Amino acid sequence: MRKLIDLRMGLFLAALFLVTVLAPVASTLQAGSTFAMPSYLIPLLGKYLCYALLAVALDLCWGYAGILSLGHGAFFALGGYAMGMHLMREIGARGVYANPELPDFMVFLGWDELPWFWYGFSSFPFAAVMALLVPGLLAFVFGWFAFRSRVSGVYLSIITQALTFALLLAFFRNEMGFGGNNGLTDFRDVLGFSLSAPSTRIALFVLTAISLAACLLIAKAITVSKAGKVLVAVRDAESRTRFMGYRVESYSVFVFTVSAMMAGLAGALYVPQVGIINPGEFAPANSIEIVVWVALGGRGTLVGAAIGALVVVALKSWLTATFPDLWLFALGGLFILVTLALPNGLLGLLDRFKPRRAKPAQEATA
Amino acid sequence: MTAQLYLDGVTRSFDGFKAINGLSLSVDKGELRAVIGPNGAGKTTMMDIITGKTRPDGGEVLWNMATDLTRMDEASVANLGIGRKFQKPTVFETHSVEDNIRLALKAPRGVFASLFYRSSVAEEAKVTALLDRIRLTHLRTEQAANLSHGQKQWLEIGMLLAQEPQLLLVDEPAAGMTDAETMETAELLKSIAGERTVIVVEHDMDFVRALDCRVTVLHQGSVLAEGSLDHVSAREDVIEVYLGR
Ligand SMILES: Nc1ncnc2c1ncn2[C@@H]1O[C@H](COP(=O)(O)OP(=O)(O)O)[C@@H](O)[C@H]1O
Ligand SMILES: [Mg+2]
Repeated sequence: MRKLIDLRMGLFLAALFLVTVLAPVASTLQAGSTFAMPSYLIPLLGKYLCYALLAVALDLCWGYAGILSLGHGAFFALGGYAMGMHLMREIGARGVYANPELPDFMVFLGWDELPWFWYGFSSFPFAAVMALLVPGLLAFVFGWFAFRSRVSGVYLSIITQALTFALLLAFFRNEMGFGGNNGLTDFRDVLGFSLSAPSTRIALFVLTAISLAACLLIAKAITVSKAGKVLVAVRDAESRTRFMGYRVESYSVFVFTVSAMMAGLAGALYVPQVGIINPGEFAPANSIEIVVWVALGGRGTLVGAAIGALVVVALKSWLTATFPDLWLFALGGLFILVTLALPNGLLGLLDRFKPRRAKPAQEATA
Repeated sequence: MTAQLYLDGVTRSFDGFKAINGLSLSVDKGELRAVIGPNGAGKTTMMDIITGKTRPDGGEVLWNMATDLTRMDEASVANLGIGRKFQKPTVFETHSVEDNIRLALKAPRGVFASLFYRSSVAEEAKVTALLDRIRLTHLRTEQAANLSHGQKQWLEIGMLLAQEPQLLLVDEPAAGMTDAETMETAELLKSIAGERTVIVVEHDMDFVRALDCRVTVLHQGSVLAEGSLDHVSAREDVIEVYLGR
């Protein structure tokens, strides 16, 4: 247990718990009272927590197994689309065209029946399972081929980037049946609860916070297990691990798949809170931004990755509102700063101020 | 006595250059064998072929005269009971010394077995005993990256022992060691042989002499001579390609 919830994890979970309890309370206070918080901030906070979850997912495979995926945005988007498809089906006959069978964009395209891959999405449990299964399956198949052929390092990063780019192009096409350029939007409710109702928003926010905490603990449990140590071993000396009898590709596929499913979960929680999912989520730049969050927070720390995401997206919200032109420069600058000055991220910076425990005298290296 | 490891007519070329050229070798169970030869003779490539890293172009590599090793990958070969130490010492730098040993300990290697693994008292005792044997007990919680070159060599040998292999392939273990450490390493390998089969590649003649075992001289990818160190070192051709330099 102490291994699972160390000091950082404990502090982070405690802070998360406080925010999860206090923010909804503050949002229901009368406007004008000292601690009142505008209710529109709830879905915004929920969105931030989705990004934090996405960062934890990437850190699990990049920070521990050394798999630098530049395509995690794709798994996030796929999870988002799965949830979006369900929300589209829930609109039912309340769309502009009032067609009970088909979402508006299909009516607009002149389609007269639901494509087969939309079957089942009217069921929430089915969509929820798909939000995990589709990213997981894609990661599994993709990882199986890549890791079996021993693609790693830069080459793997490039093909993951190509993967998200290919999906971006595919999802832009109307014929694909996912709403093309506009994506999926105009959602009304989920499980019968209106998405614009404050109580639904609070429920989604709390659910996101719980998911983040759960995934942090799952990721931590994986990394402190022997399997997690094998992953780090693969990162440090892959061939040594192989000659020890570990089938490296199985470990890589496993962690890549788990990570992709967490990213899918983040996407599925994101969509009902922001109210839209479109192909822009597959943009290669999105996936690169996730890497910046993790690098800034501290690679291989999980909690740091979550903090990195929160810091960067908060900065982004502020900058894009005040100096819209500056954001990309700021992102680039941050990346350079982290690479040059903070190789272990913000958490690494904290470590530097921590009193060190006395180390045994080191022997001179031969 | 049947051979535990049997190579016959093995060839392998890289870009037309025959790194291994009709190599035949037979090592008995429990034997200690030294393989010597000038740089580029194909010693490391031979180990690559035995351990499934490199596929030979032709020839046979048999384990206990039954299992064809040329069709297996590294993990399968390792799980048969063949362990290997690299020429360049390779340990898990960010893991502690004891975790390096723990990861190597003989245990199921699957993902889910590792995920739910709990080490037993018996296993922890094994770790302690091994650390003692490789003289790294005082550094057991130290990060492996902080070890000296010689200590890393010993740690890697310890990891090899933790795997409890039947055959150990040890590539230049004495590189970077002091004279005293070199002799200790020779003693350690001698103490392992008998119970396990050991093949050692080494350049250092004092080390090979200390091993006091049968010697195979490799040259241009095939066996030039075989016998006791005194026997091979007396041969004209061996002196010419190797010892005379
Ligand atoms: N993967 C490879 N690609 C190309 N050439 C190789 C490869 N592996 C080994 N060689 C060549 O094979 C020859 C034998 O190398 P090696 O087995 O490392 O020799 P040794 O260990 O006896 O010094 C060398 O000339 C080396 O350059
Ligand atoms: Mg060599």
